[in-house]
Amino acid sequence: MTLLAVLKPGGDAATALYIVAFSLFIIGLKRGTHPTSAKQGNMIAAAGMAVAVVTTLLLDGMGNWGLIIIGLAAGSAIGAIASVRVQMTEMPQMVALYNGVGGGAVALIAWSELRHGISIGGDIPLEELIPTLLAAVIGSVSFWGSNIAFAKLQDLIPTRPLAVPGQQVINGVLLVGIVAACVDIAVNNGDPSQALFIGILIAAAILGNLVVLPIGGADMPVVISLLNAFTGLSAAAAGFALDNVALIVAGTLVGSSGTILTLEMATAMNRSVSNILFSGFGGAPAGGGGGSGEERPHTSIGAQDAAIKLAYADSVVVVPGYGLAVAQAQHAIKEVADELEKRGVTVSYAIHPVAGRMPGHMNVLLAEADVPYEQLKEMEEINPEMPRTSVAVVVGANDVTNPAAKNDPDSPIAGMPIIEVSEANEVIVIKRSLSPGFAGIDNDLFYEANTSMLFDDAKKAAADIAAEIQNL
Amino acid sequence: MSLMTEIAILVLAAFVGFEVISKVPTTLHTPLMSQTNAIHGIVMLGGLIVLGYADDPLEYVIGTIAVAFGAINIVGGFMVTDRMLGMFSKKPKPKAEDK
Repeated sequence: MTLLAVLKPGGDAATALYIVAFSLFIIGLKRGTHPTSAKQGNMIAAAGMAVAVVTTLLLDGMGNWGLIIIGLAAGSAIGAIASVRVQMTEMPQMVALYNGVGGGAVALIAWSELRHGISIGGDIPLEELIPTLLAAVIGSVSFWGSNIAFAKLQDLIPTRPLAVPGQQVINGVLLVGIVAACVDIAVNNGDPSQALFIGILIAAAILGNLVVLPIGGADMPVVISLLNAFTGLSAAAAGFALDNVALIVAGTLVGSSGTILTLEMATAMNRSVSNILFSGFGGAPAGGGGGSGEERPHTSIGAQDAAIKLAYADSVVVVPGYGLAVAQAQHAIKEVADELEKRGVTVSYAIHPVAGRMPGHMNVLLAEADVPYEQLKEMEEINPEMPRTSVAVVVGANDVTNPAAKNDPDSPIAGMPIIEVSEANEVIVIKRSLSPGFAGIDNDLFYEANTSMLFDDAKKAAADIAAEIQNL
Repeated sequence: MSLMTEIAILVLAAFVGFEVISKVPTTLHTPLMSQTNAIHGIVMLGGLIVLGYADDPLEYVIGTIAVAFGAINIVGGFMVTDRMLGMFSKKPKPKAEDK
């Protein structure tokens, strides 16, 4: 034995180390139930990754060290810089981009596997070829779909749904074409056409573009979760092709996570996943149901009145929506909360699952503003507390507080789970105007007797209220 | 490994994944996602194997890009997750001081 034990590819030693690696992933994820333990869990998972990478580098016969070092160094540098620089409001874009590069890597690996198989000559075993094809298709779809999602979130392309005429037909044709080409390659596994394989990659790329382009900005949490699940599955498929147990397990874990998040997001929006993917509601023209016509009676107040209501309350629940993040108002809101707490008012935050652009996004934004973890309440947790709440403050949220979801069976959002702010004694809504939200419908909450509207920019309003409370 | 063994592993991993991940509170779903992104960087192993055994120019290019993509996932994913979780636990509570 030399100084460096060289591992046999596919040998017991390598596999054993891969098993150690994926066990560490599972332990890491299992610790994700609380921020403190999750931080350790993240380290444990990272250690697992280190084991997996080092094991692979020690495989017998590995070469091209120069290129390996270039790839590792370039990727690590990009990843490290991006992770330090990214703003918390930009996390959805970043995750979309990571989904993309992950899927892209899988597609490239699949292509290379096919070339490898061809160069060996003879029939490529189907149990290797079929997962390779799957990895290529799913990887390419998630690479391009994620890039479109990224571009939409980054406002590089319009977030409203962009539909191509005959969209469904084109998607259908592409899908059939991809399947047919895959079958052709599988049947001719003695001499598969590489040109056809590249055609599959391209067709899958177009499909990825076409599927995500028509999806509106409000549905992004679902899309990102779904793409997350896809990249996971593509990694698992690559694991089958390469006979690598670490890839199979890690890919499946990511796939499960993405699937759970997708379903949770869809439930929170009261829509099925297929409805989101195949109809462009997520950005329905806002002119629709609300606004323009009659002006319904509502109560409008200023910052001083709001300050008085809040300062003399027992308990205040803040209901933040994405508008709060857009206005960068999270720090100003935290100031209001600090002032209130000085006066002995209990403050908590009610977070709807789709508040933000990705699952859990709003919590990260508030955590960045130093809101204590204990004050961040999930929807199921806070709704029973609402009738005992003195004042609910809605900031930049709209549809997720609309009582029509509960009371009006004919509403487009009927049945959607909402934060039941209208159950609170009083409600203050900070908003620029009475305009409808993403769903394009009027919010009945604005016109209820116990609701006061404070028309202003969220950040300015919060800063004004904080100042007024200080002056009381 | 036989195909059926691999499928058995996949199915078991899916059950474990659902079990473990459904326990993560929605509050922490964004860090969960960035962490699973990092774990997905495991595909870099595939890139390393491809590149390590490559012997023609196109494969050099494909392999290097795949390795770089995977490294972005791994390094960026774990680092940003750590940064985010740090924000959640930035304020040490006087009562719960854990190491």
